[in-house]
Amino acid sequence: MKDVWTIYKRELSSYFSQPIAYAIIIIFLLLSMVFAFTLGNFIEAGDASLTYSFFLYLPFVLMVLVPAVGMRLWSEELRTGTVELIGTYPISLWSVILGKFKAAATVWFIAITLTFPIWITVNWLGEPDNLAILSGYIGAYLLACTFLSITLLVSAFTRDQVICLIVSSAICIGLVFATFDPFVRQYSKTFSPEVKDAITALGVWDHFLSLARGAFRLQDLIWFASIIVASLLGTSAILSAKRS
Amino acid sequence: MIEVENLTKRFGSKLAVDHLSFTVEKGEVLGFLGPNGAGKSTTMRMVTGFLPPTSGSIRICGTSVIDDPKAAKRHIGYLPESAPLYNDMTVTGFLNFGAEIRGLSGAAKKEAVDKAIETCFLESVARQSIDTLSKGYRHRTCLAQSLLHDPEVLILDEPTDGLDPNQKHEVRQLIRRLGETKVVLFSTHILEEVEAACTRAVIVDRGKIVVDGTPEELKAKSGTGSLTDLFRQVTTRDTEPEAPEEDAA
Ligand SMILES: Nc1ncnc2c1ncn2[C@@H]1O[C@H](COP(=O)(O)OP(=O)(O)OP(=O)(O)O)[C@@H](O)[C@H]1O
Ligand SMILES: [Mg+2]
Repeated sequence: MKDVWTIYKRELSSYFSQPIAYAIIIIFLLLSMVFAFTLGNFIEAGDASLTYSFFLYLPFVLMVLVPAVGMRLWSEELRTGTVELIGTYPISLWSVILGKFKAAATVWFIAITLTFPIWITVNWLGEPDNLAILSGYIGAYLLACTFLSITLLVSAFTRDQVICLIVSSAICIGLVFATFDPFVRQYSKTFSPEVKDAITALGVWDHFLSLARGAFRLQDLIWFASIIVASLLGTSAILSAKRS
Repeated sequence: MIEVENLTKRFGSKLAVDHLSFTVEKGEVLGFLGPNGAGKSTTMRMVTGFLPPTSGSIRICGTSVIDDPKAAKRHIGYLPESAPLYNDMTVTGFLNFGAEIRGLSGAAKKEAVDKAIETCFLESVARQSIDTLSKGYRHRTCLAQSLLHDPEVLILDEPTDGLDPNQKHEVRQLIRRLGETKVVLFSTHILEEVEAACTRAVIVDRGKIVVDGTPEELKAKSGTGSLTDLFRQVTTRDTEPEAPEEDAA
């Protein structure tokens, strides 16, 4: 556990000693606000729950910005050769993976928390269901962690950050659009309902929107947790295989 | 103490290390010589637990690197060939991180970092960011990292590479001094270093040890008293045609 903490501290300070974390947090705040105030019709909608004015647009922002935070996690280590230091320290690979994941997850925790002015605003404008909003925030954070774990897995494959960014964004974009309503309506014409349901259950929206609406369902938590755990285990397997 | 037996590493069809066996005792400094691609770095990467061997056994102070890597790695200080560093940190920040990951904290950590900075002459750059260091200082920072936890076994892959003549001299003296109480295995392309720092040297060629002895023995073997002549006699030159099965990669 102490090893995880040491790695976590190093990774986190490296995010904030360089412009990358600040840049991404600012872009995230700008984009999420722009969506809320334009497409989301935040002011006029009279929808105090934030579900369709704010949370609905977050997956589109996160699917490209999350890989930008995670892309350096292993790629940089492979490119500069510091993986050889990490690999000869008396610590387990697993504590390095967890430390890195948690540090990047902290950057997203900060970014998502900094959207709080929108929460203050809805409370000022009306009487929202604050529990539902909290649930939406949990959903947004879990979604960021899910995309992050996918990026971590991809970064273990390549020493090139740009390739990592492109591939992991493509996967996240795929997950988001495969079950985006207009697309679902298209392919539900060709596929049988069972196939359609199977695809929807695998995609982002079903799970994220139920949280954004304030519903806590076990199946959603399992969906997020299983992708995260599978990606982290995959990362460990890839890195071990790479050495031999 | 390092005990290596029948160590073999295969990369696809290429045999990088071929049934290598050697031991280094406490108080010994073993020099690892050999032409480019002989398998020196690959051997060191296996001894430090970074690469898993294809076959063979490695024991560090009695602990098997393969069966109990965590315990074995605690005894080792390692300077990789490329002297990798975290470029976004300062020299002191990096050394603090290295000490923490070795389980040091509080006053012990501070003492270890201060000592490593002093030993490797890093005072003048201690607060500088690593990405602005010159090559020699980068190398010395990575060397400092390997000394932090006062390891019993030191494995240094080309420790004098990129250093100026003064620093080369200092590092040789350092290796000699450390060798009195530790086990040191280091590789080099500079044959004078054999006499300046080693108690024993081996020449590796295409993954096999071809010569093993004290510097005096090696000189006697050459016939002419020159290590360069011996090196040229026993190793394969790139200019010669290689044996077919080694040609693969
Ligand atoms: N990851 C790898 N994949 C494939 N081949 C490798 C790998 N690492 C090393 N080799 C090969 O193994 C052989 C030994 O390489 P090694 O780096 O151990 O040589 P060396 O003795 O350290 O050489 P140098 O003096 O140039 O540092 C080389 O032919 C190299 O190409
Ligand atoms: Mg080498």
